[in-house]
Amino acid sequence: MKCIQLVPLGDVPPNLVEVLSVTLAKVFSARCQILPPQPTPAYAFNVDRGQYSSMQILARMAASPNLTAWKVLAVTYFDLYIPVLTFVFGEAQLDGACAVVSAHRLRQEVYGFPADQPLLQERLLKEAVHELGHTLGLMHCDDRSCVMSSSHSVEWIDLKTARFCATCQANSQPRLAATTR
Amino acid sequence: MEKKPNLLIVDDELIVRDSLSKWFREENYDVSTADSAAAALALLAERPFDIALVDIKMPGTDGIELQRRLKEINPDLVVIIMTGYASVETAVSALKNGAYDYVTKPFDPDDIAHTLKNALAHKSTEHENVRLRETIAATTKPQDLVGQSSAMRRVCEAIETVGPTDATVLITGESGTGKELVARAIHSASPRRYNPFVVLHCGALAESLLESELFGHEKGAFTGAQYRKKGSFETAEGGSVFLDEIGDISLKTQTDLLRVLQEREITRVGATQPLHVDFRCIAATNKNLEGLIEEGKFRCDLFYRLNVFQIHLPALRERKEDIPLLADHFVHKFAVAMNKPVVRVAPGAMELLMRCAWPGNVRELENAIERAMVVAHNSELEPGDFSLRLPTSYGSARTLEEAERVHILEVLDECHGNQTLAAEVLDIDRVTLHNKLKRYGWKKVTADAP
Repeated sequence: MKCIQLVPLGDVPPNLVEVLSVTLAKVFSARCQILPPQPTPAYAFNVDRGQYSSMQILARMAASPNLTAWKVLAVTYFDLYIPVLTFVFGEAQLDGACAVVSAHRLRQEVYGFPADQPLLQERLLKEAVHELGHTLGLMHCDDRSCVMSSSHSVEWIDLKTARFCATCQANSQPRLAATTR
Repeated sequence: MEKKPNLLIVDDELIVRDSLSKWFREENYDVSTADSAAAALALLAERPFDIALVDIKMPGTDGIELQRRLKEINPDLVVIIMTGYASVETAVSALKNGAYDYVTKPFDPDDIAHTLKNALAHKSTEHENVRLRETIAATTKPQDLVGQSSAMRRVCEAIETVGPTDATVLITGESGTGKELVARAIHSASPRRYNPFVVLHCGALAESLLESELFGHEKGAFTGAQYRKKGSFETAEGGSVFLDEIGDISLKTQTDLLRVLQEREITRVGATQPLHVDFRCIAATNKNLEGLIEEGKFRCDLFYRLNVFQIHLPALRERKEDIPLLADHFVHKFAVAMNKPVVRVAPGAMELLMRCAWPGNVRELENAIERAMVVAHNSELEPGDFSLRLPTSYGSARTLEEAERVHILEVLDECHGNQTLAAEVLDIDRVTLHNKLKRYGWKKVTADAP
């Protein structure tokens, strides 16, 4: 059976990853394995921006000699960036194995609202499925309800569902059917 | 599947190119990158791009200079300048040189996505605009006025002369001669051609309704006026108003219309404040306005306002040499519309068309050809395909007087009993015709006759 490995990077609330593993397993009909938490990736920290480079995290993950699972998803609680953008919710290797997703900006507290755990869990699931969708070779989708629709703010994330539209489902089918990479 | 927009990213920093190109590929752009101005120019020479994201600071040729050169090669290219440090000078310089926008690094993902989407939408709208202008120009050219007779050549020359001016034009001519077509040609030859061309058939409307159509009305101005409505002059803002059948409007409306033409101001029905309006007036009539003035039915001051430049359209019987050209034009038009392989009018049928008096003018000819096209079975329209009331060969008439009588009654029948029109067709005085008819014992048959 396909295996998705979840890697908590730095301090991530354990229950957040545990719930994510259950829901992700259902979406991808795969086994989800939670690996031991990894230390905060100091190598990816940008002092000027106070953020972590998702590109560097992905590069380190891809170079790991222990990379054997179907997909590997790193989950962080800190903020991610790529050089030209102010932030990213996550990043993935297009048609590859590795992806990283941050829960930082998915939290209501960041926008001055009270914490909302179910909403955070739902947003994290959508972004995790979205980034894993990129590892299946999927691009952004024009269907606003599709999980692969482009969402650069939490409002857009809340509008979409955690499911692939029929077209994205069909396009990802060959890779979804594979049990190994 | 919709074509992906072609995006060119020009930046000397590899990490910027890599991260941007990956991000935009996921956003469904077809991305190419260049690390210098020279590389960007070489890429643009190879293939077209919809949009270019250009870094302002690069070694050698900077972004502003590159933008200028890119625009020289492809004026349609949308250029967005990327800067690391926003300053008014940079922004002004970029925009002055034709950049669509500028963005400051690092970008907010939502902002950059919207900037590019808006830029593409703007480009698409501009293209659409150009296409529409070309369509308008192509569909309203005076070439639609078919005819090579000297009379029609004079009409075309008059359109070319008066079109580019802002002068008010009065088009006269019998019903069916193509007055609206001429009005459209004048509008399309004027600087107002990309603004509305509003047609109002004055004769078809009751006085109160005509006022509302011309000047608009306020909500509640009269029973049923549930909403404020713009009139023709307001709707035509910047364009032309074509007032057809101007000879049919009441003296009161004539007074109101005169004020609009003089003051260029209208007051909506039910309103108190006048509004300034910018339009060109083109009027048309099939009536003799000077005759109506003598009868006290038309204001002479309005006539002088309208009759700044007059174009008279000849009746079809006065330019019979144009009938073959017109017939071919309509055959082609209806062959396309009906998808029928009819290519021309057979010589025998053309002879019949040439013999007809055509009191309904070009419109009648057009209708006759349309009908013939419907029933036609061959590639040519045969005489049998037409249902024409042709002048008779005078059958058993022996004397000149008998032949004259048959001919006069025939023409009168073609003119649906209209003696004025029949007199014009026969080229005789109306009183002479009246006397002859009286002598024949002719009586007009009306619909109410038992």
